[in-house]
Amino acid sequence: MNGQGEKRTCWNWWYLLLVVQFLFLLCVPSYNRLEPSFIGLPFFYWYQLGWVIVSGVLTAIVYS
Amino acid sequence: MADVNWTALTIFVVLFAFITWLGFAAAKWRAGDLDLLHEWGLGGRRFGTLVTWFLIGGDVYTAYTFIAVPALAFGAGAIAFFAVPYAILIYPILFLVFPRLWHVCHKHHYITAGDFVRGRYGNRWLALAVSVTGIVATMPYIALQLVGLQVVIGAMGVSGPGYANDLPLLIAFVVLAAFTYSSGLRAPASIAIVKDVLIYFTAFVAVVAIPIQMGGFDKIFAAVPPAKVLLAVPGPTTTGSYGVYATLVLGSALALFLYPHSITGILSASSGRAVRRNGALLPSYTFMLGLLALMGFFAIATGVGTDPRFAAGFKQYGNSFAVPALFLHSFPDWFVGIAFAAVGIGALVPAAIMSIAAANLYTRNIHREFINPSPTDKEEAQIAKWVSLIVKFGALLFIIFVPTSYAIQFQLLGGIWIIQTVPSVMLGVYTRWFNDWALLVGWAVGTATGTAMAASVNFAAAYPLAFGGMTFPGYTAFYTVILNLVIAIVLTPVFNAMGGKQNDATVPADYRA
Repeated sequence: MNGQGEKRTCWNWWYLLLVVQFLFLLCVPSYNRLEPSFIGLPFFYWYQLGWVIVSGVLTAIVYS
Repeated sequence: MADVNWTALTIFVVLFAFITWLGFAAAKWRAGDLDLLHEWGLGGRRFGTLVTWFLIGGDVYTAYTFIAVPALAFGAGAIAFFAVPYAILIYPILFLVFPRLWHVCHKHHYITAGDFVRGRYGNRWLALAVSVTGIVATMPYIALQLVGLQVVIGAMGVSGPGYANDLPLLIAFVVLAAFTYSSGLRAPASIAIVKDVLIYFTAFVAVVAIPIQMGGFDKIFAAVPPAKVLLAVPGPTTTGSYGVYATLVLGSALALFLYPHSITGILSASSGRAVRRNGALLPSYTFMLGLLALMGFFAIATGVGTDPRFAAGFKQYGNSFAVPALFLHSFPDWFVGIAFAAVGIGALVPAAIMSIAAANLYTRNIHREFINPSPTDKEEAQIAKWVSLIVKFGALLFIIFVPTSYAIQFQLLGGIWIIQTVPSVMLGVYTRWFNDWALLVGWAVGTATGTAMAASVNFAAAYPLAFGGMTFPGYTAFYTVILNLVIAIVLTPVFNAMGGKQNDATVPADYRA
């Protein structure tokens, strides 16, 4: 049971890493723009595609 | 569309024949006794991380998605990209909530969300509400998979007089029904692997080759009308498109894993660990979805919308024809065959899982609960097999005889309905604080209000909520689940005070490894 308690406190901190994605992606006005563009893609598009990768990495960090 | 594209059609048919064989052969894969419901309907809970990845991938990224998301980009522009943040945020939710659901279901041999709610709250009516919601929300989803299949078959020039036009669809569906009946969940699990290889190949070739043909992404976006490239900036008294975008993302993300086919995919995993790992691995599909969404813009830039060769297709299928037209315009016939087969097979995988999931719900939470409480294992599996057939043919009839626009409206309603199970299922995994009757009232009010709101705006996704001189247009499902939750919170102490025994067949340890 002791081990379980330890695990829980440390999990709570890591969960914040998952919440971060919600904040960034739900704040739509922050990324609804054209510039800076990347390989011809407007910011709106490459920013959200970039978050796909970041989110995978964040979840992987929380997993391990 | 009088000319049949024989090269594409031949490749399409060959790939279909291959997955048909695979679907039947799958019965022997990690063989189990298919006369047991958890073997037929959950693949014996034996799928490891990789197969679960393919299976949930096949669930979430369906043929309808491949056709509809680019079609929305083609028609409405930037708003279609909501699919990307949506398909990002589903995974933190998957990671946090669903391993717990997996553990408790594994421990108590639950097969459906209805089983879980029945055990957690000891209330058969709440379980019935959750189960019926699941079945009703899934039906139009199956029907929409057929639309994807219909569009690609039509795009290859296959047509006939009257109802003979639907013959290829009928054949594809008989095949689907037969292998689902005989192999259960193992069939879509094995076919999902083929589907994904084809889809990945198609998406990456298309996203590299078409921009090269067109002279780069900047040229493509320069050809798109500026109003479609970004979301419209809202006026001073409204949250406008920003609010719509954000609530669509959050509402859709909350709803997704509550669909019965998603839960079936999750519960068939061999461990909670496999579910958790997939929270990190599945976003790779989301990246592909983003690439596919961009194809709506490619289609605008190539001018297929005004090309007389495709006029008949757009007339018949509307914007759903954008992706098929783009492929026909940009690629040789053999590649079109592969791409269309990817979409077609992408329809069969989720359709099979959805029909199995609906069958599991009916068998466990309606038939067993209300009609025959003690079937033998074999009877139970047999009922599920029959129900999966009925569900699929219902969807087929729907798509042949009812206009497609109705299926789309029903699917929108399905999203509003399924999200109403968030408090009972998703929060229920974490807490037993809610009173079961309060949850049931919340569910009923949320469902009724959501349906009325959607009808009042003629089944558009967004409802213009007016409050204090401001307008907050947003996704109806999102608004109504908040209403549902508030009601459940307010009524819980009231119902608790009225007494009644609080049952819970589960204990906290059941939710952990």
